[in-house]
This record gives sequence, structure tokens and C-alpha cells, in this order.
Amino acid sequence: MQYSDKVLDHFMNPRNMGEIEDATTSGTVGNPVCGDIMKMDLKIVDNIIVDAKFKTFGCGSAIATSSMATEMIIGLTTDEALDVTNKAVAEALDGLPPVKMHCSVLAEQAVKKALESYYIREGLMTPERAKKFAILGQCEHEENYEHCGCSDE
Amino acid sequence: MNSTFEERMRESVNRPRIYFDHAATTLPRPEVIDTVATLLKESYGNPSSFYQEGHRAAELLEDARARIAACLDVHPEEIFFTSCGTESDNWAIKGTADAHRRRGRHIITTTIEHHAVLHSMEALEREGFDVTYLDVDHRGILEPEKVREALRDDTILVSVMMANNEIGTIQPIKVIGSICREAGVLLHSDGVQALGAIPVNPNELNADMMSFSGHKLYAPKGIGLLYKRKGVRIDRLIDGGAQEKRQRGGTENVTYAVALAKALEMSLADMEKESKRQTALRDRLIHGVIERIPHTKLNGHATERLPNNANFSFEFIEGESILLFLDKFGYACSSGSACTSASLDPSHVLLAIGLPAEIAHGSLRVTLGIDSTDEQINHFLIDLPLIVERLRDMSPLYSDYKRGVLPSLIPEEGSLDLEIAGGYGWSS
Repeated sequence: MQYSDKVLDHFMNPRNMGEIEDATTSGTVGNPVCGDIMKMDLKIVDNIIVDAKFKTFGCGSAIATSSMATEMIIGLTTDEALDVTNKAVAEALDGLPPVKMHCSVLAEQAVKKALESYYIREGLMTPERAKKFAILGQCEHEENYEHCGCSDE
Repeated sequence: MNSTFEERMRESVNRPRIYFDHAATTLPRPEVIDTVATLLKESYGNPSSFYQEGHRAAELLEDARARIAACLDVHPEEIFFTSCGTESDNWAIKGTADAHRRRGRHIITTTIEHHAVLHSMEALEREGFDVTYLDVDHRGILEPEKVREALRDDTILVSVMMANNEIGTIQPIKVIGSICREAGVLLHSDGVQALGAIPVNPNELNADMMSFSGHKLYAPKGIGLLYKRKGVRIDRLIDGGAQEKRQRGGTENVTYAVALAKALEMSLADMEKESKRQTALRDRLIHGVIERIPHTKLNGHATERLPNNANFSFEFIEGESILLFLDKFGYACSSGSACTSASLDPSHVLLAIGLPAEIAHGSLRVTLGIDSTDEQINHFLIDLPLIVERLRDMSPLYSDYKRGVLPSLIPEEGSLDLEIAGGYGWSS
């Protein structure tokens, strides 16, 4: 299994790794039993994501997708960030090996988890927005693995 | 002043690569490569052919067989050439099952066998065989009495590996063998990791069959051995011509058989010295890693292990990430992490010795060889702590631990012999 140069670059030199002391919201997804867990902190000002930082326990692609996801959402409005899919993150990394696609789902889920609690807390959750959080109910491994048995958390 | 992570990563470019994965495969010895090159050119005959080129090839093959038999202190007719260790395991297990199925359909093995054994067992289960998988203790050792307790009237085979490929633990095969002899049940032992590293004498071990592989002992890939004691009857796995006393079809790989004989002789000639040397390197590595890296445990038995094997778990981080950084720093190592395999499950061996999955994911296997040096260990003991620290800085589990909201499963001072009772409490 071979990673793209971009995956390796984001793994070796992760962007926005760390925590935001005064984060507006944060989301943690994954499960150490399955081998990956991702925490995403967001700083939101006027509905714009002005900063994002992550911490990830996991393999090279889990760290690289976390890093890429933060790069992609900084500067976006929260609604724009909701439309950043795992596929887009994977593509931005010049692709992931098929067995690693679930790592990119985890990155999408981490961002959504953080935004979900932000919308709920701020009273901004609408039925339209709520639809976009359906992915949080899914096991990030389900697509690729029969034996995972992970719950969504 | 100590070098930083970035400095060490930059410096590593100017250093030769360091190969620490000898349990995966080994670089053939120069003398073995010479033997192969010469024979490929000069002796390409088919041993079954009725002319001089064939006779010469047959002579070489039988000479290789005799030399290997002498190394194992067995009869040449008890040595069969195969394509690899996996084939030998498949043949011993499925061949025994086929030949003895009328006598019984029960087989005993352990939970920490190589997949060549475990998946052969699963294939037999699908055919209606009943397989008992014995548990090992938290150090990876099988208590021989468990074999006695598991034996039944319809047991036809016991298969227990001599040394484990992941955690290096050496099993008490001799005692297990005498229990099997007493009961009149055949014993097969996968000796792939053991041969060339520790003394292997099938007669002394009371083993009826043993599997071996060339490329683990500085011979090329593509050649394996099955030792089968005289009088032990098993069915063929590979149907074909009359090669290997009609028991394994296929034109013999004469060149690699000779290469294997050469490599084995050389390994045995060196074994006493190399075993001491590698054990000293290994122990310096083990103690150095546990001293320098907090929350680290040794997996396997501290002393009953192969001279070249060290296996660690580092809490709060994941194994594939360790391997990626090690590779970047110039090291080839291996991990039992799920992410380095095609499945999502961490190593069955690490789970079998009781590691919670979250600890098994953070494992690293370092296996030394004849080309490993003190200087390489020195470098490794500088680089590995930097890599683990870098990954812990990225880990949300580590920050939770630092904040006091997550317990630590491996104590800060580390351990050579730790039994872990449970995980962090996440369900799988």
C-alpha cells in the first residue's frame, strides 16, 4: 500500500495540529478500539470558521485527512464547511488507498460533529441543516468493512 | 545539546538504511547469492531427466537434502522440499487431516499461530473438522498441560509453533511433544522463525512434522521445507509428477534447495555466536526503549523469546504512524496495528496475549539479524523516542491523559511483564 506524496506531506508536516484554547466548538469522533480518534476544534466568528485545529490518534491517512480538512474549511462559512465531503478531502490529497477511505469519513464527521453542537447551542439548527448531519449516525467503517462492529462513537 | 526531531530526520538521509524486519524476510548471504548465480548458469537440468544434466541436478538436490538433514540431525528421506513455509504448514495440516480423517476429526492448535496454520484450520473446519484453539498466557506461552487436557479420542493432530513471528515467544515444544507421543497423536510445529536462530532438533523436540522457510534464514524466497518423520503418513497437497518420493509434485527447485542448504549450514555455524550477540543487542534495545519512552510495554516473554525479536506497545499512539516516521528516518520495522493490514483488526497475536485493541494498535516489532549493529541500536534509541513524542503531541488520547480525564493503561515507568486488565472503556 502506497500513500501519495501529498498524504505523506500532510502526515509529516501536519497543518493546524493542536488545540484552540478558546474554541467556539469542538467535535470528537472515532474510537481507539478501532484504531482512530479525531478531535476537531473550531473558532467561529460571524458564522465564518476563522481557525481550525485537530488532534488525531490514528494511522498516516487519519492524520493527513485531519490536516487537509482543517486547511479546506478555514475561511469558509459554517454552511460551506458542511458541504466539504470526505471525497473532496481525499481528492485534495491526490487520493487514498481504498482501505483508508474510512479515515477521510472520520475527518468529515469530526467537522460536522463540531458544527452540529455549534448550531444547536446557538439555536441555528434548521431542518435543512439537520439533514447534513446524517453522516454522524453512520459507522465510518461500514462501507469498507464487514467486521468493524463500530458504533458511531 | 540533543538533536531535535527535524535535525534527526534531515541527518537520516545521509545514513544507510537500517533494516530491522528480519522476521519478515532477510537479505540472502553473499555466499548464497553466489551459489544461486553459479547454479542457475551451470546446472539447469531437471532432476527427473535421464541424461547427464538431469543426473547432475538430481545429485545436487540429494546432496542439499542430506546436508539439511545433517543440520537437523534427521534422515535425508525425512526432508521434503516445498515452495515456502506456508505450503509446508498447509501440507502438514491438510495432509494429516485427509490421511487420518477416518480415525478422527479433532485437531488442537493455539490462538497465536501464523495465518498459514490458522487459515488451514479454518478450511478444515469448513470440511467438518473440529479445531480446539488453546489460549496462551499474557506472555504468549502455551502451558503444555492444556494440550493434555484438550486431547480427545478422536484427536489426530496437534500443531503448535516453535517460536512466534510477532512476539518471538518460544514454546515448550519438547514437553508438548512428549504429551502427544504418550497419547499417540501427531505433533506438527511451525519452525519457520526458529530455524537458524535457536537449536532445532525435531527428534529431541518429539515433533513428527516441522515447517521451515528459506528466506527467513538468509536464503531466497521460494523455497521451504517440511520435515516429516519416517512412518508418518500424510496425503499429498500438490498433485503432479513423482517428485519428492511421489509426495509433492512439481519440478524441484534445485538451485534454491542448494541455496537453502548453504544458508542453513552457515546459520548453524554462526548460531552460538550470533545468538549471544543478537540477544545482547536485543536486550539493550528493549531496556533502552522502555527507559527512554514512558508508557511503554514489552510484548511477549522477557527471556523465553527469539534472540532477534523485540515487540513493544506505546500507549496513546498508533503503529502505522510510527512505521511511517521510522521509514522516513531510515528504518524498516513492522507493526501489529490494524492499519498496516488489510483488515480493521489488530494482530490476533497481540489480542491473544490480552492486549486491549487500543494498546495493540500502538505496537512495533523490531527484528534484528546478522547485519544488525550496536551503532544501529544507538541511532534507533535516539530516533524512536522523538517519533513517539511527536505522535503523542498529536494524539487527543495523550492530551486527555495529561489533563487527567483518561487513565493510563501502561504505567509511566513502563514494564517488561505487564498484564492489562481492560481498555479505556470504549466499546468496539
